[in-house]
Amino acid sequence: MTRHLLAIDDLGDDGIEEVLRLTESFVEVSERAIPKVPTLRGRTVVSLFYEESTRTRLSFEAAAKRLSADTMNFNVGASAVAKGESLRDTVLTIEAMGVDAVIVRHASAGVPVQVARWVEASVINAGDGWHEHPTQALLDCYTLRERLGSLDGRRIAIVGDVKHSRVARSDVAAFASLGADVVLVAPPTLLPPSLVGWPVEVSHDLDEVLPKVDAVVLLRMQQERQNEALVPSLREYTATYGLTRRRAGLLSDGAVVMHPGPMNRGVEIAADVADLACSVVTRQVANGVAVRMAVLFLLLAAEARP
Amino acid sequence: MTRLLVRGGTVVDETGTRRADVLIDGGAIAAVGEGLRAGDAGRVLDAGGCLVAPGLVDLHAHLRQPGHEEAETIETGARAAALGGYTAVVAMPNTEPAIDCASVVRDVLELAATAACAVHPAGAITAGRAGARLAPMAEMAALGVRLFTDDGAGVQDGRLMRRALEYGSALGATLAQHCEDDSLAAGGHLHEGEWSSRLGIPGIPAEAEELMVARDVALCRLTGAPVHFLHLSTAGSIALVRTAKAEGLAVTAEAAPHHFTLTAAAAAGYDPVYKVNPPLRTDADVAAVRAGLADGAIDAIATDHAPHPPEAKEAPFDQAPPGMLGLETALALGLTELVGGHGGAGPGLGVEALLGLLSWQPARIAGLTGEHGGPVEAGRGANLCVIDPDATWTVDPDRLASRSRNTPYAGRAMTGRVRHTLLRGELVVLDGEAQR
Repeated sequence: MTRHLLAIDDLGDDGIEEVLRLTESFVEVSERAIPKVPTLRGRTVVSLFYEESTRTRLSFEAAAKRLSADTMNFNVGASAVAKGESLRDTVLTIEAMGVDAVIVRHASAGVPVQVARWVEASVINAGDGWHEHPTQALLDCYTLRERLGSLDGRRIAIVGDVKHSRVARSDVAAFASLGADVVLVAPPTLLPPSLVGWPVEVSHDLDEVLPKVDAVVLLRMQQERQNEALVPSLREYTATYGLTRRRAGLLSDGAVVMHPGPMNRGVEIAADVADLACSVVTRQVANGVAVRMAVLFLLLAAEARP
Repeated sequence: MTRLLVRGGTVVDETGTRRADVLIDGGAIAAVGEGLRAGDAGRVLDAGGCLVAPGLVDLHAHLRQPGHEEAETIETGARAAALGGYTAVVAMPNTEPAIDCASVVRDVLELAATAACAVHPAGAITAGRAGARLAPMAEMAALGVRLFTDDGAGVQDGRLMRRALEYGSALGATLAQHCEDDSLAAGGHLHEGEWSSRLGIPGIPAEAEELMVARDVALCRLTGAPVHFLHLSTAGSIALVRTAKAEGLAVTAEAAPHHFTLTAAAAAGYDPVYKVNPPLRTDADVAAVRAGLADGAIDAIATDHAPHPPEAKEAPFDQAPPGMLGLETALALGLTELVGGHGGAGPGLGVEALLGLLSWQPARIAGLTGEHGGPVEAGRGANLCVIDPDATWTVDPDRLASRSRNTPYAGRAMTGRVRHTLLRGELVVLDGEAQR
């Protein structure tokens, strides 16, 4: 088992299966009257979030607490970072306080990889720039398996701003690892400049793709993309790549709609589509806590045993 | 000054290769030939198994002074240069303040007076390197400045670049361009392609460089003024220069050692030590740089020595400044990777050709031939380096003379090392140790 979770590939095929298997038992824990186990009692988990986040930070915090770990929050705004302290100095300072795991969110790709070179503690990537968001991909896999069973041979579309999406990079790696066929659907301006080595197909025709897929992952479309001339307007984006009510009707029975959140209702997803039965958006959030419990358990509990 | 005899070496210069002793007296070469004697007061340096060559000339070093002495000073940078076999370096003007007027040129020359190698400041093309109006090129040229560049940035405005070429042509100046079209490159931190896409780092396309190369080839044709292309990194750029040379245009070009030894794949671990501008590119680009060095499309190997203090390189990849050390590793990389006589995978460049790229060819571009890079013959200034081509060593960042540590070659095994460097007849490096 890997010491860190920086990218999906760190886990390998077996590691992903193990996380999903553990998640199932932690989902059960989460449904108990007292959703708490003593597994990580005495261990300390620190959240080092350099970028705004609500759901991911809370989800990790809930996961750590349900495992009885002590949690610390590093509040970037009020910290030495604002006084010009370097990333490395900040990280070494935190480690000197004695922590077992550091959960890192940063707007720059690669920061968790760098942090992992500097510390003895386990590092968990909670999203780094455009690079990866592995726990999101794991909870996406878990949520899909709840609905679809095995992902082997299933067809999954990832729609929207793949270029700037850490979720897409992690999802592609995780879905492919579980045997799914992945198709990216986006205008060329929102795809990475190179897809060499990506196990994906590409389409620019959402209407043509939707009837053939078992699941659709919609990515968040940001206002600034139109200022960067990547799309003419959000209106045109919605018209060509948005999951409108009409397009949702093209999905086959049992197909699933996912979104990592936060959603731009009316842009990449129509308001009423988000609330249809095929949408598992809130189920994703619920599973997120259990997935993160599984990751913390895998990285920390093995060495916790006497 | 003492008499000095460099005995038993193989002299390599642009006239060829031969076994010869070199007698140095009073800062100049007194005699070259076999069986020379130092005389009673003279010191003898054994150069058996070594190459005796004109001192190397670097067209492209960032010595950081004035303004960023925490990264490098003229003293430490020149010491690193001397250890690398250089007797002359061109200091880039992206200091603070920029070298964009006579007073800053004078400051640099004064600081350089006692340095371990000759330091020739390049002047900025535009005031403050801001790309808006011409810097006072004539007053800098009057102090001996021959190369002008806004390096660190390209001159974006085609009309301004045209005027600079026209104005500089009356001064005997060569304009050196950092080719980067800002509108295509802005926000990028790594070569745009497979690795930038995989790592989620905004990319810099090859075309950002190639567009400006193409423009400046056209401006060279329009004005007739010489253009030197700094640190070319893409196959497309090199092809453009090759074509321009075939047309007879007054263009020259350099490439940096990291562009013939490393690719963007080196950034896979997000270590900013591999961040440089122009960025590390692809295997095909590395092959094109090597081919350009071999066939003359590229005239010089220039280090683009760019020191940064450790804390600057411990930032996130997209926030760290670009640049790598180069002065102490360039020759060894050339011998190891291009000559490849010792297990390297180079294109089999000859030692003479390599030293041409490192010494006499850049000396001509910088207008230094009278002092540096000329043939090893009686009457010339004794600016020489003695190279042991078979010495093996491993790069240890903590043992570099540069004030900074940002070499991408830490731990890399090298073949070929400078044993002695002579600046105006004085031993500034003796047995691999700096004397100044």
